[in-house]
Amino acid sequence: MLSALVFAPTAVALLLFALPRRTTPRVFRAVWVVTSALELALVIAVWAGYEAEGGMQYEQRARWIPSAGVGYHVGADGLSLPLLALTCLLFLACALYSLREGRRIREFAALFLFLQTTCLGLFAALDLILFFVFFDLSIVAMYFVIAGWGHQQAARAALKFFLYTFLGSLALLLGFIGLYLAASPHTFDMVELTEQNPLAGRSVHGALVLLAVVVGLAVKTPTVPFHTWLPPAHVEAPAAGSAILAGVLLKMGTYGFVRIAMPMLPEAWRRYALVLVVVGVLSVLHGALVALAQTDFKRMVAYTSVNHMGYVVLAVGAGAAAADSSEQARSLAVTGAVTQMVSHGLLTGALFLLAGVLYERGRTYDMGSYSGVAGAAPAFAAMTGVAAFASLGLPGFSGFIAEFQIFTGSLGPQPLATTLAVLGILLTAGLFLRALRQVFTGPLRLPEAPGTPRAFPDIRAHESLAVVPLLVLALVLGVAPRFLLDVIEPASRSVLELLAR
Amino acid sequence: MTEMNENPLDLLPEVLLAASAVLGLLLGSWLPRVRQWIVGLLAAVACVAGIVAASVAAGKPTVTAFGEAFAVDPVTSTSRIVVLGGTLLVLGVSFHPLQGDPRETEFYVLLQLAALGALMMAGTQDLLLLAAGYLLASIPAYTLAGFRKDGPGTEAALKYYVVGALSGVLILTGITILYATGRGTGYPMLGEAFRDAPQALIATGTTGLLAGVLFKAGGVPAHFWVPDAVQGSSPPVAALLTTIPKIGALAALFRLGDVVFADSPLPWPALVAVLSAASMTLGNLGAFFQQDVKRLLAYSTISQVGYLLMPVAVAGRADLAQQALLYYLAAYTVTNLGAFAVVCALPRALTPDDYRGLAKERPLLAASLVICLLGLVGTPPTSVFLGKLEAFSAAFEGGYAWLAALAAANTVASLFYYLRWIVPAVSRSGSSPPPEGDRTARVTAYTATAVSLALGIAGGPVLGALA
Repeated sequence: MLSALVFAPTAVALLLFALPRRTTPRVFRAVWVVTSALELALVIAVWAGYEAEGGMQYEQRARWIPSAGVGYHVGADGLSLPLLALTCLLFLACALYSLREGRRIREFAALFLFLQTTCLGLFAALDLILFFVFFDLSIVAMYFVIAGWGHQQAARAALKFFLYTFLGSLALLLGFIGLYLAASPHTFDMVELTEQNPLAGRSVHGALVLLAVVVGLAVKTPTVPFHTWLPPAHVEAPAAGSAILAGVLLKMGTYGFVRIAMPMLPEAWRRYALVLVVVGVLSVLHGALVALAQTDFKRMVAYTSVNHMGYVVLAVGAGAAAADSSEQARSLAVTGAVTQMVSHGLLTGALFLLAGVLYERGRTYDMGSYSGVAGAAPAFAAMTGVAAFASLGLPGFSGFIAEFQIFTGSLGPQPLATTLAVLGILLTAGLFLRALRQVFTGPLRLPEAPGTPRAFPDIRAHESLAVVPLLVLALVLGVAPRFLLDVIEPASRSVLELLAR
Repeated sequence: MTEMNENPLDLLPEVLLAASAVLGLLLGSWLPRVRQWIVGLLAAVACVAGIVAASVAAGKPTVTAFGEAFAVDPVTSTSRIVVLGGTLLVLGVSFHPLQGDPRETEFYVLLQLAALGALMMAGTQDLLLLAAGYLLASIPAYTLAGFRKDGPGTEAALKYYVVGALSGVLILTGITILYATGRGTGYPMLGEAFRDAPQALIATGTTGLLAGVLFKAGGVPAHFWVPDAVQGSSPPVAALLTTIPKIGALAALFRLGDVVFADSPLPWPALVAVLSAASMTLGNLGAFFQQDVKRLLAYSTISQVGYLLMPVAVAGRADLAQQALLYYLAAYTVTNLGAFAVVCALPRALTPDDYRGLAKERPLLAASLVICLLGLVGTPPTSVFLGKLEAFSAAFEGGYAWLAALAAANTVASLFYYLRWIVPAVSRSGSSPPPEGDRTARVTAYTATAVSLALGIAGGPVLGALA
């Protein structure tokens, strides 16, 4: 079932190329939306059949390259299931959002469907090389999305994105090889590696492998100081690309922390957890401060991603703290980290799609060029407001639940770091409020670029179809988060048990 | 020592190739010009028959032929299949441009002889046979490089020949010194003799030997000829020069490291590791700003030799070394020939910019190019990725983690110049590429791409067979 979920989009993508050249764009769009909707239905079915306390489920194994220790192995547990569901939801939102996309829609749809396969495959993978294959292919697909459909500087931004994340992926590969060679018999299977804990008692080897893995994941996450590829990539990508990049691709890094680094390298992780805490806090503060200085709406949202991912890194670092802090607090931190991944995916996805709406009307992201948009487009203003407030962590939304868990869980083990990180909330609140005030209040003023339509039409049906469900789900998670937490909590407890070895 | 085994059937693929070359030469002098393609067909048949024979031999236990001069083991068997398969692909891309050429037969014959030389180098267990293989692989290739008889072609041939002749002298000198040191030329014997031989003599002899073999492989420091020879010769010959001789040379180096220098006082692994690091780095640096696609691929091939030398460096010290080298060789050959086949299919497109709009005009060809170039980078799931994975693992296992890390950094650097070619090919705007093209080369490109992907996705059985 998981394999079907993973590979169906690519099969459909190939099918798109089998259609004759003369096919109207409408057919491609329809196929894309229907496929994404079916994927979402499939993932909901998977969720419905999932038992919260059952550990790894829906496992499938096949021999692939046995002589290299590589196998095809997929499965879902409380860490991956929420991200699989998030991926399907965001891709459906992007398909709906792109209903008006006119430029080479066949290639665009096929690329997104392929990208969906790589994202789902990564979260389902239980073999390091399978993980790596999807990791790299997602980079390739996203490169073509940015380079092919981005704004003016897209080629440059895409190249930077590719070089950085590819470098990260190779560091990751070296780490994986280190794990592979340490295990006996040599294997890349995640479940076996987790059970074996092959680097127990080998501190130097363990530290080097952890360094390689963490650098690889940190580039992808991205954390300070590896975040410099992110703002240009986000700004130059088309709206749907940014939403996927921020909503799903960034999670690959943080997911790797809880799926690979913590359970497979517990000793080294515990020893160097403080480094991660520091990196997390730096990312939180740096991301928020730099976001505060932006005049470009999309760039600002991009930097808040650095800030939000910083919370996750802080939480997974704090989760490894010495045993004197309570088990429950640390479990709370790790649960919060996973919840934050989901919440950030929903909210940043929505924010980037809304930024796309803004750009589509005014042909610029510069906040100084707009004013009083709320009068012309009240529904758009309302949605952006909701997304911004949710993103800054207002109670009642998913972001609050996640950040509350992270801070409560981390405060005991890392009081100073957590206190500093809380300041990040204040900064994000400030910057979002400032942005809302500038763009939406005051007298109406719109940018006067050549060829800009003067009117600012309110949000269209297909755009709200894409954005509203994301915001509604964020609200649902904020009010009634149990259905998500019930899935995550057992998994985060088991991660901590593995970490305590 | 085993008893003298002189069964020529052990050398069936080599014999087939030689017989087909001789027969082709005779046939060519009688056939009318429009029918000379029959010689090419004969060569292709010989290659296919050779692959079948080599596969059958691969299933049998290891034997040595002609004393211990020639080994038929997994290294030889794989090299045979790869060399012959590569020759088939080169035949595919040369078929169309050579049709009706006054020297069509000569081309096919020289091509087969060069391949035969590579086969001899791959299988030899004797320094003298290595020298013979070296000469056999080199001399036809010199001629092929200047085959077009134009300015760049002559320059290519001349440069290739001068460097080759110098390395030929060096390799013979080296072999003489090693013969004097070890009192023999057979590898197993030398391996024992070198255990307590004077280090200075071995070092001098090895330097000469390495110069020759690295020239064939196109590795640093004997790499100067590669860019000029590749740029100056016709695309099919360029495809040949960057793949077939390399296979033989790297297999020969692997054998030398595994048998001869395994216990010698010479720091062989460190030496090869340094050469590997230099090749990958200098090749990459050279490729960065190349404007000619053939030249770009030429520098890329220098850097690929660097990766290929990684398992050679740890020969005998890591269990993975042999399968890593052989798999990577196969993967590199088919992927590189795939990229060259695209170049051959568009003979008028010289710079990456000339490929602008290819995706719109010929989507399949563009897809082949993108897959082959990303394959050369080492993006999964192409076969070079798996080859790199094995090579990195082998280097790690053999204690050369720094080499693996450097190789990873170089891989990222190589992205830069491959992307400079990929981007115009897939971009929408701009002039369309020359519409003319050659169908056989296109089909060859699709075939090579498909094999490269298939080898990557279904690499399990292949790797299993190589272990």
